[in-house]
Amino acid sequence: MAWIVETATGAVERVDVDPVTLDLIENGLRNARYEMDEVLFRTALSPGIREQHDEFPLIGDPSGKMVVGQFGLSIPDFLEGFDDTVEEGDVLLTSDPYACGAAISHANDWLLVLPVFHEGRVVGWASMFGHMSDVGGKTPSSMPTDARTIYEEGVVIPPFKLYRRGELNEDALRIILNQVRMPDWNRADLNGLVAACRTAARRVVEMCQRFGTATYLSALDALLQRNHDAMKVLLQMVFEEGRTLSFTDYICDDGVGNGPYELKLSLTRTGEKVHLDFTGSSPQAAGPINYYINENLTRMFFGIYMITVADPQILWNDGFYPLIDVTIPDGSYWKPKHPAALNGRNHGIGRVFDLFGGLLGQTNPALLNAAGFSSSPHFMYSGHYSGGERKGEWFQLYSIGFGGIPGRPLGDGPDGHSLWPSFVNIPCEYLESYYPLRIETWETVPDTGGAGLHRGGNGVDVAYVFEEPGEIAIHDDRWLTYPWGVNGGHPGARGRKWIDRADGTREVLPSKCHGVPVAPGDVLHFVTWGGGGWGDPLERDPELVAREVRRGLVTSRGAERYGVCVTEDGEVDAEATTTLRDQMRADRPAELPVFDMGPPVEELLARCEEETGLPAPRRPVWTSA
Amino acid sequence: MSYRLGVDVGGTFTDVLLVDEDSGATWRAKTASTPADQAVGVLTGIGKVCADAGIDMSEVAQVLHGTTVATNAILEGKGATVGLVTTKGFRQVLQIARSFVPGGLAGWIIWPKPEPLADLENTVEADERIASDGSVVRPLDEDDVRRQLQALAGRGVQALAVSLINSFADPAHEQRIAAIAAEVLPGVPVSLSSDVLPELREYERTLTTVANGYVQPQVARYVQHLSEGLASGGVTGELSILRSDGGLQSADAAVAAPVTMLLSGPAGGVTGAVWVAEQCGHRDLITFDMGGTSTDVALVRDLDPRIGRETKVGDLSVRASSVDVRTVGAGGGSIAHVPELTRALRVGPQSAGADPGPAAYGKGGVEPTVTDANVVLGYLPSSLAGGEITLDVEASRAAVSKVAEAMGLDSPEAAAAGIVDIVNENMLGGLRLVSVQQGFDPRDFALVAFGGAGPLHANALGKLTGAWPVIIPPGPGLLCALGDATTSRRDESARTVLRRFGQLSGAELAQILRELADEAGERLAAQGLAREQQTVGFQVDVRYHGQGFEIPVEVDPAWLDDGDGALTKLGEAFDAEHDRLFSFLLGVDHELVNARATVTGPRPDVAPVRLEEGDGDPAAALVTEHPVHVAGEQVTAAVYARDRLRAGDVVRGPAIVTEMDSTTLVLPGHVAEVHPSGSLLITPAQEG
Repeated sequence: MAWIVETATGAVERVDVDPVTLDLIENGLRNARYEMDEVLFRTALSPGIREQHDEFPLIGDPSGKMVVGQFGLSIPDFLEGFDDTVEEGDVLLTSDPYACGAAISHANDWLLVLPVFHEGRVVGWASMFGHMSDVGGKTPSSMPTDARTIYEEGVVIPPFKLYRRGELNEDALRIILNQVRMPDWNRADLNGLVAACRTAARRVVEMCQRFGTATYLSALDALLQRNHDAMKVLLQMVFEEGRTLSFTDYICDDGVGNGPYELKLSLTRTGEKVHLDFTGSSPQAAGPINYYINENLTRMFFGIYMITVADPQILWNDGFYPLIDVTIPDGSYWKPKHPAALNGRNHGIGRVFDLFGGLLGQTNPALLNAAGFSSSPHFMYSGHYSGGERKGEWFQLYSIGFGGIPGRPLGDGPDGHSLWPSFVNIPCEYLESYYPLRIETWETVPDTGGAGLHRGGNGVDVAYVFEEPGEIAIHDDRWLTYPWGVNGGHPGARGRKWIDRADGTREVLPSKCHGVPVAPGDVLHFVTWGGGGWGDPLERDPELVAREVRRGLVTSRGAERYGVCVTEDGEVDAEATTTLRDQMRADRPAELPVFDMGPPVEELLARCEEETGLPAPRRPVWTSA
Repeated sequence: MSYRLGVDVGGTFTDVLLVDEDSGATWRAKTASTPADQAVGVLTGIGKVCADAGIDMSEVAQVLHGTTVATNAILEGKGATVGLVTTKGFRQVLQIARSFVPGGLAGWIIWPKPEPLADLENTVEADERIASDGSVVRPLDEDDVRRQLQALAGRGVQALAVSLINSFADPAHEQRIAAIAAEVLPGVPVSLSSDVLPELREYERTLTTVANGYVQPQVARYVQHLSEGLASGGVTGELSILRSDGGLQSADAAVAAPVTMLLSGPAGGVTGAVWVAEQCGHRDLITFDMGGTSTDVALVRDLDPRIGRETKVGDLSVRASSVDVRTVGAGGGSIAHVPELTRALRVGPQSAGADPGPAAYGKGGVEPTVTDANVVLGYLPSSLAGGEITLDVEASRAAVSKVAEAMGLDSPEAAAAGIVDIVNENMLGGLRLVSVQQGFDPRDFALVAFGGAGPLHANALGKLTGAWPVIIPPGPGLLCALGDATTSRRDESARTVLRRFGQLSGAELAQILRELADEAGERLAAQGLAREQQTVGFQVDVRYHGQGFEIPVEVDPAWLDDGDGALTKLGEAFDAEHDRLFSFLLGVDHELVNARATVTGPRPDVAPVRLEEGDGDPAAALVTEHPVHVAGEQVTAAVYARDRLRAGDVVRGPAIVTEMDSTTLVLPGHVAEVHPSGSLLITPAQEG
């Protein structure tokens, strides 16, 4: 338990804050949070942060509750496990999920926590974590797909003072950076994280000076209360007393032959409180896909979904946490026992989007989207230049793929986009300028988006032509289970990966692999999955379907899923369309299912090898400890 | 005798400013804009101003024009049907974009899917490939290109954009396609990405090239029509168009690369503000242009507006140099609302626009706007725009009362004060973007306020930022026309040169920059500006090798004579800027990304206005007194007529200064001094 050293004595009295000042402080906090992003993006070196913005900022109140941020990393849990003093000028660093109550969830994430002092007392916390593209370990980018313990996943930094009263611990940093493959990247990113947190701290102090510390702190309380009160009303409105809602989605495999993993989430409202329960989920995985989730993070995720639609401008924060109870079974996928491997938790963290959508959408139509591109699949390529000016030089690429946003109540899902905020793709020309590869194709795959009144976004096929010998690694999912459709919408297509070797042979790759050798002329097709469809495809405007055929986003064959017949020159055949639609309506049940998950898991497993070219995984089972 | 004419065409008014270059005397005219044929309004204005000055229209040597025609084509979605040619495998480059979804964690749920500026139906692929080093991987299949273009010919394509992968490294394939297009699609203007933006990053380059083609036919028509209209009206002077970066270019150059003039309108305001501030002796300033639906802010150092590499129009963001204007989606027409769930006070982004407009306008608006809040607080006199609009105070109170009720406040004045405070805070966010977030302390700058609502909120923003004095130019609505008339000719050339300093020599850098200067210089020479009258500036974008963002650094031409010393100096300048922005340095090699040369002509010599000297007492300009609410109290403000104020008069707050197109609020504890050049300079009152 951290011991916070403050020179000021006595408590700051709480004062009344007028509603306008409250909104001013809310605005100031929001600006400070975006400034944190800006500072980091502009200075980072590693592609994970620089181009894809894999980072999460937070500003907390003196007790560590998040008052503004993008993701609920948990300062209270961090401080709980930190056995030292915290003083002005300190900057704390960790990358050990097991030492901070899963405030971060794999060792690639470096988490900084910085106390904000004003006039001798803590007036808040600035914190940020960023995904380091490499933290050592047995594979480049530090995410071995066959890891069974965290010890295989690179350097794991226990919570310690990177800066003690403003002074950098050079020795410790040297030891850490000696473990990683691209120390320049880590150093720059770390500098950027520190600069971003210090910027936030400066803004908080400025607000204390402008409004007075008592007003500032009282405003934080009021902002937390605002979320609390809003959520209380929402919960009563949306969830029926005593009724349990459940939803189950899947992670297809764990990288070492087990799967699919069931992710089950249930919700029950009792009085003013809601209980979120992960009971019924699969046991922890042998491979590295476990997603060690923090209770507060679960609350945050839940809250974002609930509140975004009600008041998009709200500064959401931790204020409503007391209204939510969370149960996460020990030894489950969500709370694995140390030293379980964690590196590939990106699938779980993404699947939470689908899980909450499927759960909350059952009573809130505005939130009932189909299943989307709920991951951030990784592609890695590394090696040494074999000739030319750079002979012998090490290259290492880490990049994230994008896929189909699902059909939504609002409309179609964008093709080849990101569910994650602020992620961007790395331009082809950038990749070709910095890495020995060429991109032959970068386009969305027609018909991969699920059919629906609102079409799911298409997945993307990126074809990489390698120019130097090296090895590649892939982290993806949804190759076995389907991105489901809703309200009559169809599932989207699953993801696929294969290499066309320079000698003309084709090799199907599993969705999780590393150490796959590649040679010049080999072409990797990295095909991501599409989003599910929303609503009855037979209700979609036939003209729109035909236009999408002409645009190459849907094939004329694919148009038939909408009951639309398209002529050879891409126009609607009205008569044939009417006939086909009538036929399809007659052949299907009158009531369309809310969820279309595709075939049942047993059937998927039985046809796995035939359909995907990959062996079926073994279903995980709970064993009594 | 030589006369220059500044012309600014806005949505509602066309402003014309005639300057006698010899005496500095100016004449102004404001006429209604004529959207159906803007030349009509322009000619009316020119006729009026020439009549006032007693000169013949043929005596006008130069017509300098800032226009929103390109901007509006994009905002209203009324540009050309653009055909796009991409490299095979990249047909969906605009569809996929950067895969970016704006907003927070659940933002994708509420983000509408945008349509690309060039329809996929009109996008074809060229079978070819150039590598990032410019070498040819696959030669261009010309027969196939011909077939593809023929397919487009039947689709009514009005402009063609060609953007091939790595064309910044070698434009040969794009140029060949342009030649084929000239045969297959005669009369269709072609934009090549290697001309429009020879820089790395295919999406941004393609989008910029398509945007160029999208606005080109409309701009061409407009410029041609205006030129003809001017000529037939007897104006023989040369027509120049303001670029987004605040420089002038010939009408022909504007038609060739219209993407350079997307922000022509706002750039006029910034250049006008620079001129005004200079007259008052201030070289560092922040501009604050608050209109009905949005507010533009920009930072100017040493009379040089900061130039950004990105131009944003609505949702569209293209790579073209422009005055680094940041837009905040709030203005006088922004609507205040209180979401039921959170009971927070929100202002904007919805706007009442011009129709129905604020409740006070009496045109059927019932939603409380920022203007209504100002009316309730007594900051706006009872009529606007020279009496054309009479304000309905009761309607404003009724509208604002809804906010008071929803928030549980006890008076409409309290709610109005809240609305004004919130909108000022939103503005402050915009001002911080251009100042503190770029490492500049706003207290080192003056704040120049204009636009319909700027002078009303400027004093409050001076308090929030500490940027003093707050300068209110004379005739804030005419500032853009003034900017058009007082800026200089300009062009630039740029190129991506991706090279680590370790792989580059000072001599190579010098050669690249001088080539670019020659390119731009020749173009300006072709517009009639002799090379010896040109001033050349060099800028390069540098980063630490591996970073994703560059920092622009000015290159002192003297460095280029210093061999590899140029790179050392450049590295030092970059480090200093990085340290200023982010407070740390890295030990890795520097990398050159883009090189640019900017060539400008001399600034026109326009003598400033001089007001008649007063005695410091503004009593002669006093019109009436009016109750206003400030900080929860009702006080009495003196109301002055601006055109009766004399140089040196000191207006003490609380006070309101009115003129035809604007109202200035001077808060208690502040004074506004009338500068001889006509501007009001607001500062905190000295104690005692």
